Amino acid sequence: MKMLINVAETVVADALRGMAAAHPELTVDVENRVIVRRDAPVAGKVALVSGGGSGHEPLHGGFVGPGMLSAACPGEVFTSPVPDQMVRAAAAVDSGAGVLFVVKNYTGDVLNFDMATELAEDEGIQVAKVLVNDDVAVTDSLYTAGRRGTGATLFVEKLAGAAADAGMPLERVEAVARRVNENARSFGVALTACTTPAKGGPTFELPSGQLELGVGIHGEPGRERRPMMTSREIADFAVNAALEDLRPRNPVLVLVNGMGGTPLLELYGFNAEVQRVLVERGVPVARTLVGNYVTSLDMAGASVTLCQVDEELLRLWDAPVRTAALRWGV
Amino acid sequence: MLDADFFRRWLTAAAAAVDREAARLTELDSPIGDADHGSNLQRGFTAVAAALEKEAPTTPGAVLTLAGRQLISTVGGASGPLYGTLLRRTGKALGDDAEVDEASFAEALRTGVDAVAALGGAAPGDKTMLDALVPGVDALSTSFAAARDAAREGALATTPLLARKGRASYLGERSIGHQDPGATSSALLFEALAYTAVGTGGRAAGDD
Repeated sequence: MKMLINVAETVVADALRGMAAAHPELTVDVENRVIVRRDAPVAGKVALVSGGGSGHEPLHGGFVGPGMLSAACPGEVFTSPVPDQMVRAAAAVDSGAGVLFVVKNYTGDVLNFDMATELAEDEGIQVAKVLVNDDVAVTDSLYTAGRRGTGATLFVEKLAGAAADAGMPLERVEAVARRVNENARSFGVALTACTTPAKGGPTFELPSGQLELGVGIHGEPGRERRPMMTSREIADFAVNAALEDLRPRNPVLVLVNGMGGTPLLELYGFNAEVQRVLVERGVPVARTLVGNYVTSLDMAGASVTLCQVDEELLRLWDAPVRTAALRWGV
Repeated sequence: MLDADFFRRWLTAAAAAVDREAARLTELDSPIGDADHGSNLQRGFTAVAAALEKEAPTTPGAVLTLAGRQLISTVGGASGPLYGTLLRRTGKALGDDAEVDEASFAEALRTGVDAVAALGGAAPGDKTMLDALVPGVDALSTSFAAARDAAREGALATTPLLARKGRASYLGERSIGHQDPGATSSALLFEALAYTAVGTGGRAAGDD
């Protein structure tokens, strides 16, 4: 397996050094693995901290900047960061107005952020937490760790980030984050497995004529395997799975997200099919974002996230944002 | 009686076992998880061995709490908090005594295993590390060797189970047929324990 790396052990540190060189507007602590917007803490404003395993770039480091995250802590590849990183990040960005932790619902992220919350509160930092769990592929929540957090993480970080930027207090920023999560659903498909540096090979075997329906973002297999489908068929399946659960009455934000190994040519084509299904189902689209935002290394595939918005959420979506990966209005 | 040196040697042996088995743990983690269990634990236990060398704690409790803190600070994922909690809570339960007998250790380890169950919200049969930890700690009152065998059997017995916790649970029925990597690494802790007890007056002497 060919990868553009030195050795697996230094993949994350090497990426952070490169990110620091490319983005002087960020403070990148390579040793402790914390990425902070350079002007933090911003006086009087709530700070947003997120984090999770590496391998999902640009999530989360690429979303650090005005209008979105105050800091991010990347863990090892597909492994949540440790509490020390989160506490360090929180301390670096807290202006006294409190910190919102944005946590994807995966056992490791939840446990480490829980520990970090306790430690940060011991240091006198006011902390609120929002759990992102938008993945409709996980149906049996009674016997599992619950739904996974996937594409909606971008919506939560953007909209709550805009709320914080607007000067809302911590409980209102937290309420916005929760509202976004409650109104967002995702469904993902994989056309190939991904390659983790530690393993140096595909994380599961997916024959060329097959696809996985209902995958998360960690290279784990999905809910079901089927013979390869067309873009049109996949869009029908994914959008309907999300709509079945969401049943929106308001317009939706659409994220057509690449898993890292699918070119924009295919993603835009897929988006055309996604928009067709939404028109057929009578769901108005407020805004659409197409690109590789919440990825699984080199996995080919895509996910669709729909987020029902009211006027306030739409205004927060349109608010200026200036980060490495998401940037408009500035 | 077991002293700080015994626990230091146990964790050093565990670090060696994790090092030796890292590739296999990662391999077990790839069909049902995300193929990093071995490398994550390897990173954590390497840090544990280094910290124990540097700080040389003098009581069993201090050895275990230091090790637990190291795991929480270096492993990440679910394994970091879970294994870190196991050792930290066991260490705290042992208190400040310079030496502990095997019964007190078994009791303290039970406290640690209970804390893992509470933190992860899991029970035996959910296809997690508890499937090795619980039978292991149950058998500890017999001997270290019995604990090792029970934990190993517990890990092997996870293969036909349906995962109900952790990342493998997202696969539902498809998690069946794969041995749980967490239970497998937990069995390694008991293996290292039995190995350490050989020749130290522990009841496993001569058993291996």
